[in-house]
Amino acid sequence: MKLQLGYIDINDIKFDKNPRIENGVLYVDPDALVASVLQDELIKDAHFEIAKPGESIRITPVKDVIQPRVKVEGPGGVFPGMVAKETTVGSGVTHVLRGMAVVTAGRIVGFQEGIIDMSGPGADYTPFSKLNNLVLVIEPQENFKQHEYEHAARMAGFKIACEIAELARELSPDETETFESPTIKESFENFPGLPRVGYVQMLQSQGLLHDTYVYGVDAKRIVPTIISPTETMDGAIVSGNCVSACDKNTTYHHQNNPVVAELFKEHGKTINFVGQIITNENVYLADKIRSSDWSAKLAEYLSLDGAIISQEGFGNPDTDLIMNCTKIEDKGIKTVIITDEYAGQDGKSQSLADADPKANACVTGGNANEVIHLPKMDKVIGTLDYVDTIAGGHQGSLQADGSIIAELQVITGATNEMGFNKLSAR
Amino acid sequence: MWIVTNNPLVRDKLSSIVEVQYHDETYLGILHVMRDQIHEGNCLLTHPLSGSVKPNETPYKSVLMASGKSGQTDFDSLKLIESAEATAQKFIDLRPHYVEEMPERVKEDCQLIDYTLIVSAFPSAGLTTL
Repeated sequence: MKLQLGYIDINDIKFDKNPRIENGVLYVDPDALVASVLQDELIKDAHFEIAKPGESIRITPVKDVIQPRVKVEGPGGVFPGMVAKETTVGSGVTHVLRGMAVVTAGRIVGFQEGIIDMSGPGADYTPFSKLNNLVLVIEPQENFKQHEYEHAARMAGFKIACEIAELARELSPDETETFESPTIKESFENFPGLPRVGYVQMLQSQGLLHDTYVYGVDAKRIVPTIISPTETMDGAIVSGNCVSACDKNTTYHHQNNPVVAELFKEHGKTINFVGQIITNENVYLADKIRSSDWSAKLAEYLSLDGAIISQEGFGNPDTDLIMNCTKIEDKGIKTVIITDEYAGQDGKSQSLADADPKANACVTGGNANEVIHLPKMDKVIGTLDYVDTIAGGHQGSLQADGSIIAELQVITGATNEMGFNKLSAR
Repeated sequence: MWIVTNNPLVRDKLSSIVEVQYHDETYLGILHVMRDQIHEGNCLLTHPLSGSVKPNETPYKSVLMASGKSGQTDFDSLKLIESAEATAQKFIDLRPHYVEEMPERVKEDCQLIDYTLIVSAFPSAGLTTL
């Protein structure tokens, strides 16, 4: 399966009645976009704001971060099963708006959703401070349940990202990059001397507000399967997740999976990147046994020599991580796990809720309990009402001077367990 | 099959579907109730640290349990609950007064999250969903 990504660089975003992309500037009409969002009857009100790198802006509470992409050649459309039809994606040509994101913000539950600071020390902890962000702030209708509103907010973000991406359909990319994932036969023929390496991606799937979708299907209802990494570049996997901000995989992370990117970079040089297995993180213990058995079975089926396993979340998923690791190791396949740590504010406590001697190669995304001090920002997009109750915050987190003292886990993407950000050990 | 919980929302909404054993306990207290039931020969059907809401961010926890094989301790369940107790203790030591600090509105959100987590296991357990 072969996919070409055409990158359209976006260096600035401006509001304008005439939506277009010109000389690296994205012009959007906020009134037209708001009208589109308000077609969903669950959303009472919405507005757009722009946040650029280096500005004194704090965005909170953040729900999702989405990169606008549009399919210009080949079957299917971006976000299959969500926005486009379920047709298999991952081949042809897709245009990517690089250097920007759509950020959805607004209250869903009274904790969980995180913070993006566009400048200051907090900006160093989140990759999204480096992007030009078009922030969609949503106000829900009253008398709807949180999970109904989560669905509305999630879909609004995808819809807006797709509408914006349409502006790039006819443009010539600033740069192109081609990715090709092999069939099993090709994988044996292409690089017979190199170690066969696969990627096992664990998807958050514990329940409402803790979900991930694959082609529109709730991941807790899947059995582990093989997916082409190029399918994920077309939005086959999206986030419906409101778990703690630091280690939730936003849709942007899925679209720009750093494990996939690194494996492709080394493909044909030091390794033979054979494919990607996706599995879930259910709460039901029998599901855990079945899913970890199947991910190990598929790793064996692909005749892997090594596997990278990435996790999402903490606690219950630690059990899935260790089950995947030990069962794949038991097949004679070497593993490296990627996780993050809740090692206490001094970093001295046990980091994971589960462990095994076979998990002897581990990459950490950082200690989410680390205490940080975020200075006051001139402008807040969203609301600070929830800072005291956000995961990692506490009563008194919000100081009288507008600064925040909290654990690192308040920051969106800070300890990402795909190793997306700068705290990863490389 | 039954639910062990300290979450009043789970008691109120799920008692008509499955037996709910409600205990007015703390987070650690309800884990101890689960542990005691495992010692009596029962087993866990769901993970005691379900959800990425940390033990010092929510007062509530629910699990599905079932009778084990007669006269045998289910060591997988025992290992899980003992590990969960140690992890929960570590988090609660960091913020021992988190429950008193928590606004009512957030407690209600915590009840809802815990409720949705346990309901997410219902199809796998062969229980009716709402």
